[in-house]
Amino acid sequence: MFRSAIRSGCLAAAASLAALGLAGCGKARESVTVAGSTAFQPFAEKLAEQYMADHADASITVQGGGSAVGVQSALSGAAQIGMADLVSLPPEAKALTAVAVARDGIALVVNPRNPVSDLTTDQVRGIFNGQITSWKDLGGEDHAITVVSREAGSGTRSSFEDILTGVKLTKEAIVQDSNGTIRETVANDASAIGYLSHGLISGKVKAVTVDGNPCTTEAIMARKYALVRPIYLLTKGAPAGAAKGFIDYILSQAGQDLIRKDGLIPAR
Amino acid sequence: MRLIGDKGMRWILLGVALSAIASLLTIALFIFHEGLPFILRVGPREFLLSSEWDPQSGHFGIYPMIVASLWVTLGGMLVGAPLGIAGAIFLNEFCPRPLTRIIKPTIELLAGIPSVVFGFIGVMVLAPVIRQYLGGPGLSVLAASIVLGIMILPTIMSISTDALAAVPNSFREGAMALGATRWQSVHMVVLKAARTGIVASVILGMGRAVGETMAVIMVAGNAVKVPHSPLDSARTLTANIALEMGYATGQHRQALFATGVVLFVVIMALNTVASLAARRRAGAA
Repeated sequence: MFRSAIRSGCLAAAASLAALGLAGCGKARESVTVAGSTAFQPFAEKLAEQYMADHADASITVQGGGSAVGVQSALSGAAQIGMADLVSLPPEAKALTAVAVARDGIALVVNPRNPVSDLTTDQVRGIFNGQITSWKDLGGEDHAITVVSREAGSGTRSSFEDILTGVKLTKEAIVQDSNGTIRETVANDASAIGYLSHGLISGKVKAVTVDGNPCTTEAIMARKYALVRPIYLLTKGAPAGAAKGFIDYILSQAGQDLIRKDGLIPAR
Repeated sequence: MRLIGDKGMRWILLGVALSAIASLLTIALFIFHEGLPFILRVGPREFLLSSEWDPQSGHFGIYPMIVASLWVTLGGMLVGAPLGIAGAIFLNEFCPRPLTRIIKPTIELLAGIPSVVFGFIGVMVLAPVIRQYLGGPGLSVLAASIVLGIMILPTIMSISTDALAAVPNSFREGAMALGATRWQSVHMVVLKAARTGIVASVILGMGRAVGETMAVIMVAGNAVKVPHSPLDSARTLTANIALEMGYATGQHRQALFATGVVLFVVIMALNTVASLAARRRAGAA
């Protein structure tokens, strides 16, 4: 009795799954999954929307997950296109074709009440290493510095540490898990310093100049600002089909203009 | 209904009941399968007692997280337990009936507030106050303890209230007949009789505090170091897993599962103690 009930239940479940599958496959649209970097995700979503409006036969799904997920899913085939915002791609990404589609500045931000407004790269390294611990040493007030960083594995953090070279994050550092929470922490704490994607600077925090160069689109375009990372789209082998179409669209004038309008720096 | 019959229904219900246990077993098996080999490879000593956590360069020591979890949980208990027990005593022994009918559901409503909301209030209100008046970065063990204390309050209060309500009225009447005042009868007789239930409530609250993740990530600051004062920032075991899970691959991922193993063992131990305490109470009554 029990067995047969289970068996009929299984049959019903299998039948309904098959029906769902058939319904899903009914349309002859070419679908592309894009996954990875959360910094580029909102841009990819907008670009995908535009691209789909022009190409009715393409269906593009954009997922986040972080740069590591971008590399992994491109390798495993879970996504046709992986997004990664890393200065140096991990060794396993050698097997993938990488196209730089945009650049992103990493801004150093402090509380607006903080009088310090310029730091050298050496000072930044010292702060995040834990060698410089008071704002007094940097021309500010006599307050201990609260260092705010991203978590281990974050693309922003590994790019930041790669560009500065020789950073071993101080154990005193507070760790926040997104650009947004970094901004909130710095906005709330008068003695905090953190770093975040340049497109996400708001009035609540103050971006300091690094070696005298401000973190602006102009300075990054002129290659003056040091803390810049590329954003890569990764594909297994040369891109083909709808994936190629989408990447070509991103690299086109229209795509690059859209990227620029929303605060990233176009690749070309 | 004739189709399945009485006996068949019993088997189906048994199957459903077993599936709950099966999912627990699967989870346990999965965590241990992923995490245990890692602990053995790195060495339990190194993994549990080293305070160097740097996944990028292959250092996996969770000692700071273990200490932080203990501190934060202990802090949460210090805030939540006295408030919860005192609240339960008031509700059950001193509070006029109509008032109880308002207060009790309100406290239980507290349990329904999502932990993100607690975390958000902690970040926006508590952390700045601590930073301003006590110093430090604000996002700290103290902030996490206060938030956790409030979060476990409903658990402790409602289970303690039940334990107190289970004490027969004859106990109170007997105490009063011997000339005890109301308060004397409460702390000398009723509390003693309800002791095991109250202990169980505290341990269940503790279990919730150890396992809480979201609110703690938001208010504890997550620095990877052994906290030396309540004003220091700290990272708990749960926060460590949740923060780095999205990125972790290979060894790093296994290390997070191994963190899960430690957490699993701690929570299982707490639950066992709680159920033992509860059983002793049932045996005594």
